Amino acid sequence: MSTSLVDADLILALDIGTITTRAILFDVVEGRYRFLGAGTTPTTANAPVGDISEGVRLALDQLEDITGRRLIGPDGQLAIPALADGSGVDACVATLSVGPPIRVVAIGLLEHLSAESARNLATTTYAEVLETLSLNDKRLTAARLDTLLSLRPDLVVIAGGAEGGASESVLNLLEAVGLACYVLPKEQRPEVLYAGNSALGQKVKESLGGLASLHIAPNVRPSLDIEQLTPSQPVLSQVFRQVRARQMRGVAEIDRWAGNRLTPTAAAFGRTIRFISKEYAHTNKGVLGIDVGASSTTVAAGYAGDLILSIYTQLGLGQNLPQMLQLCKIEDIQRWLAIEISNQELLDYIHNKAAFPGSLPAGPTELAIEQALACQAVHLAIRQAMQTYPSHLPRPFPDFLPSFEPIIASGSAFTRAPLRSQALLMLLNALQPTGITTLALDRNSLAAVLGAAAAVAPLLTIQSLDSTNFLNLCTVISPVGHAPFGAPVLRLHLTTPDKQEANLEVKFGTLEVIKLPPGQNGTLTLSPLHRFDVGLGGPGRGGTLKVIGGTLGVVIDARGRPLRFSADPGRRRDMHKKWLALFDA
Amino acid sequence: MYAPITHILAGTSFRRERLLPMSGRVLARRGQLVSAIDVVAEAVLNPEHMLLDIARGLGVSAKQADKLLQCKSGDEVGEGDILAGRLGMGRRVVRAPFPGRVMVAGEGQVLLQLDGQPQELKAGYPGLVVDLIGERGVIIETTGALIQGVWGNGRINYGLLSIQALAPDALLAAEQLDVSLRGTVIFGGICIDERALLAAEDLPVRGMILASMDSALVPLALRLSYPIVLIEGFGHLPLNPQAFKLLASSERREAALNAEPWNRLAGTRPEIILTAPSQTAHQPPLDTATYSTGQTVRIIHRPYQGQLGMLAAVYPGQIRLPSGIAAPAADVRLENGELVLIPLANLEIIN
Repeated sequence: MSTSLVDADLILALDIGTITTRAILFDVVEGRYRFLGAGTTPTTANAPVGDISEGVRLALDQLEDITGRRLIGPDGQLAIPALADGSGVDACVATLSVGPPIRVVAIGLLEHLSAESARNLATTTYAEVLETLSLNDKRLTAARLDTLLSLRPDLVVIAGGAEGGASESVLNLLEAVGLACYVLPKEQRPEVLYAGNSALGQKVKESLGGLASLHIAPNVRPSLDIEQLTPSQPVLSQVFRQVRARQMRGVAEIDRWAGNRLTPTAAAFGRTIRFISKEYAHTNKGVLGIDVGASSTTVAAGYAGDLILSIYTQLGLGQNLPQMLQLCKIEDIQRWLAIEISNQELLDYIHNKAAFPGSLPAGPTELAIEQALACQAVHLAIRQAMQTYPSHLPRPFPDFLPSFEPIIASGSAFTRAPLRSQALLMLLNALQPTGITTLALDRNSLAAVLGAAAAVAPLLTIQSLDSTNFLNLCTVISPVGHAPFGAPVLRLHLTTPDKQEANLEVKFGTLEVIKLPPGQNGTLTLSPLHRFDVGLGGPGRGGTLKVIGGTLGVVIDARGRPLRFSADPGRRRDMHKKWLALFDA
Repeated sequence: MYAPITHILAGTSFRRERLLPMSGRVLARRGQLVSAIDVVAEAVLNPEHMLLDIARGLGVSAKQADKLLQCKSGDEVGEGDILAGRLGMGRRVVRAPFPGRVMVAGEGQVLLQLDGQPQELKAGYPGLVVDLIGERGVIIETTGALIQGVWGNGRINYGLLSIQALAPDALLAAEQLDVSLRGTVIFGGICIDERALLAAEDLPVRGMILASMDSALVPLALRLSYPIVLIEGFGHLPLNPQAFKLLASSERREAALNAEPWNRLAGTRPEIILTAPSQTAHQPPLDTATYSTGQTVRIIHRPYQGQLGMLAAVYPGQIRLPSGIAAPAADVRLENGELVLIPLANLEIIN
């Protein structure tokens, strides 16, 4: 070992997604963790294999071929810790997102307080909240019992009672849960997560401990006006593991390899965003992470080490894709398309994609459709997530996206986009950022596994949060204000250390690009017109800032907030084509 | 790399588990011959409960009430049966308001599960019950032709097959559905007209096999009482030649449709069984396979969705597709002779 700071040399990261399973190997070279290689195979959760460990082994086989290292021991198990002959690894971390949403019933004292917090806690993992029970619904215990039995949840989340507050009412609500567990056969009983008044923990154990698999977490609603979800999330991750281990073969084995730290992918992704937000605390802005996958869309907002994690299982791009149409109209997806396709054809595409969630867009038309679907998923997810953000967070434009620096995009819709400009436009259209921010791409799809690795090798996480893995797409300046289309709204002057200069007058309704090679420094002077706000302290206020060039340079998005499209489909498609043509990558 | 398989087999023998979602009563016997709609098991899936306050009913404390209980957990009780109280004339008692089963008795309360209407589990497949699975269900062995579908509306039925599509891309029209088709299973090609689905409901038919259907018809299809199975998917997708040949040559043959939704985790999917005249055992369908040249494959995604072809070459590593995406891919020789590059993710082996 070349540095005492390193906890483990050879680290294996497993990422088991809905469609693909990856095995990634890191080793320490000259005191720094380096990516050695990755093996990728289709996930094998589905029948006829029905065992995720099989896909993991196939990915490890590939990884062994690529790296020339033996990872699996003679007993067919991952050799951990590494053996004397050099085979095996020092540590293993794993993330998991495959599987149907966990079926949850949320219980709280009051519908809009603790019951809502119980719901909110559930949605920080891959869950579908089927029903909420509270004192407000005035149901009798037997009716609550019938509800629980008919829904057959995988998990019951119970909140209620501020610290030092109500106790008897909380215990009354538990009666139906206890009866449901008593009535159900042991193998069908739900996991129960109690995250209410901590003073009742012992009584809850006495009441439910013998009947249910009970987990106690910190109170998610310690007082009427405070909701704290983050401290309970590790317990929720543990419950997630147990539910998945009951649902799928191989989960228990992989969890064992990972030292009982198998993490929901979204939680691990959130951990990385929280970690980065500490580094960016000086900006007084949050860090935003977006991860679009086949099973869900995750929105993680980190504020100086605090995390707001939202997972939308109805906004996955796989089997549950038709659920998106319960949240928007087909025309809302059409607006992102630069190609002509009928609503019926688009609808058929969505249903066919749901039937074959692992299929790939082979041609340009299919790619355009999938990018439009990803764009709409992110758009819907961020709109929902914004409603949950506390009002005290920095939000210069209350109706629009809060200030974030940077915004990080993950998921194959972005990372596999053949052109970086396609990824950029998906992000700009879906998120519609305001002011000044940086857009980055988790190009090797490592954000989640790095979050999982933070528990065993924090140095790996720290050293991997660089431009090798997080590609700086561009700095985006999005002026906000009102002006006629075509009116100049921003004058911009760029100088580089080698005395190169560029001047630009930006008109309202346009998207502009200034070339600044990746990594090159520049100084931007911004002079907004018409009292437009560029995020430098208020309407009409300009200033000078340092920027670093990204793959796509510096982008000025003066198309207006919110984005408005022409009612004429032909003109709208032409605009999309024009915007894409601005970029050469 | 495991390759997904879809079965289009003229003759095979296979087994399927049919399970209740919870414990119930298995009605079928081992060795019994069943049709697709025979009920093999039943369970009260959503029982109602009553929590009776015995202490209050008797006007005593919970502790005293427990001493006066006349029932215990697991007892079946009829309406009016005494649950608690001192027996004898004029004594105060608590009676069961409805028939049911005592689930819990104690602490001054009795939890009564009321008798409910059991829900039935149909066999789904014609064949022989070869095994019973505890209180959950059965395993059925079936022999015949098997065609696996992509989407189903959740219904089960069987009947004699009537071919209404004379070509793989024939459109089903409402006018085709006359009274002579009552009680049959229709093979209808492509359906884009809700009137055709409604006309079939009016007859009624016992089932409908389609190559594809407009996705806008999904909500209606889910409400209909007869099973619908799509073999290719949504939109205007013609039926693949192999399935068309098999169906077109099976007029008046008994067809059983299990139109259960495709659940990849559980391994269940919509299936059509054309019953064999004899129960002679055939080769079981392949469970797993890997891609290799010479295999017959179906393309499951645009732009060649629904077409069959032969794997001409499987490339190592990642290949750049026309979309610009890089992925493992293969050359597929289509039936018209054209050679096309298709990502492996868009292929399935036709067994």
